[in-house]
Amino acid sequence: MKVTKETIEHVANLARLNLTEQEKEKLTTEMEDIISYVDKLNELDTSGVSPTAHVIPIKNVFREDEAKASYDREKILANAPSTENGCFKVPKVVE
Amino acid sequence: MEYEVVIGLEVHAELSTKSKIYCSCTTEFGGEENTHCCPICTGMPGVLPVLNKNVVEYAVKAGLATNCTIAEFSKQDRKNYFYPDLPKAYQTSQYDLPLCKEGYIDIEVEGEKKRIGITRIHIEEDAGKLMHDEWETGTLVDYNRCGVPLIEIVSEPDIRSAEEAKAYVENLKAILEYIEVSDCKMQEGSLRADVNLSVRPKGQKEFGTRTEMKNLNSFRSIVRAVEAETQRQINEIESGGVVVQETRRWDDNKGVSYAMRSKEEAHDYRYFPEPDLVPIVLEKEWIEKVKEALPELPDARRKRYIAEFGLPEYDAGILTSSKRLADFFEEAVSKNSNTKAVSNWIMGDLMRILKEKNLEVDQIPFPAEYLANLIGLIDKGTISGTIAKKVFEKMFDSGKDPQVIVKEEGLEVVSDEGALVEVVKKILESNPQSVADYKSGKEKAFGFLVGQAMKETRGKANPQLINKILKEELEK
Repeated sequence: MKVTKETIEHVANLARLNLTEQEKEKLTTEMEDIISYVDKLNELDTSGVSPTAHVIPIKNVFREDEAKASYDREKILANAPSTENGCFKVPKVVE
Repeated sequence: MEYEVVIGLEVHAELSTKSKIYCSCTTEFGGEENTHCCPICTGMPGVLPVLNKNVVEYAVKAGLATNCTIAEFSKQDRKNYFYPDLPKAYQTSQYDLPLCKEGYIDIEVEGEKKRIGITRIHIEEDAGKLMHDEWETGTLVDYNRCGVPLIEIVSEPDIRSAEEAKAYVENLKAILEYIEVSDCKMQEGSLRADVNLSVRPKGQKEFGTRTEMKNLNSFRSIVRAVEAETQRQINEIESGGVVVQETRRWDDNKGVSYAMRSKEEAHDYRYFPEPDLVPIVLEKEWIEKVKEALPELPDARRKRYIAEFGLPEYDAGILTSSKRLADFFEEAVSKNSNTKAVSNWIMGDLMRILKEKNLEVDQIPFPAEYLANLIGLIDKGTISGTIAKKVFEKMFDSGKDPQVIVKEEGLEVVSDEGALVEVVKKILESNPQSVADYKSGKEKAFGFLVGQAMKETRGKANPQLINKILKEELEK
């Protein structure tokens, strides 16, 4: 599959990555290699195989609906770079 | 040109489980900011979410109550996007294998019945709350709501007007309340709708370009947003422009919507199966058991009210539109078999007062039995209809039994003929002109005198008796 520089830019933007021109070119080639490698799978006939939903064959892991004590707010906010009035503070976002 | 509007709704309902979807933090509304949080719902690295059993059961109930097929195999996926309302940079949701699909509910608008298809119902986690406006320097984030379980109910684009959209959400709300999976408090955001809307020339088969309006949390805002957006798109087309596919924010105060972001890019969510959560596999027998345990649904209850209580279809529809209201009605009817009177009081004075005081049915300050008692007092002739209305208002103020109110305030009908003769005599003495008018043939004067006598007794006099005595006294 052909990967274009535009695809790399689009994906980088979705992942909020700032790439230099050099990195973009390098990643274009690398991404193309990776996809070609995975493309090998298409050579297999998988028409009778259902898509993998989970890599481990287990199902139905549930917990009972019981409310327990939450963490102290100080602990929850302990790692936040910025807080105010008991809240996490982030750069102003308005859509 | 004549246009047709095409609407599909995505309704989000918070499930009324005790704990969050993947951790044991409480789902309680409100609370101090960030006090209903733990490492799981704040997306700390290395934690393992475990699905709340009741979330699956509640979602399956919702699916069964809306005639959906329940998936025997279902999985959860990550929906990736960057926005600080979710600390993980993804929302755990369901993509290609939702729990429920292909259902429907029936609505009725202006006497016409219509079936609205339901594409799917899936489970997901709610996001946190952002506070933008008050602080100039940044945005504050409260993650208490983050991880509260939601179901998203996606309709087919079958809706053709604001009234249909409203009826659809009303019916859906009633169903969710009946099966007790969501408290559906729109003012607290536990039920909210996104509106997908497009217009097309009437008769055209292809859909027009649609826009999405997010998070409408009242019936009024849904109706207004639909009407305004329909008009905006028509104006756009009529003036030679094109409708752009985008997400818009509805400003309910100003009654207009604003473009938020271009949908094309923002919706590149790169879903992939959630590796921390395993597939949900449901046995047919279990699904059948949940189905059998479903309570009576609004439609069935409405039909029963018509058959069992002989109520008009309209009244039965209103009474059963909310489970709490229907429960209140049945509770009252169990204490007083005057069904018609109970229904009239609920549909009239009760609904009016709730609206005036901005109260929900579960905030009525007295039990349904008291309404039954009030009607009993009228039927026995202890109080007049006029006084009853006043007593009813007082019941809302004090929460007291009407029997107590009537006794405390001495509101019983005065049927003591001797006392009423005195009242009438006094009225005749102080209104000689009216007496003269009546005697000269002016019938109107009689009504005036009755009114004066009632006023004198503060509405407590037995009106038939007043009429009789007044006639007798005037004949003298």
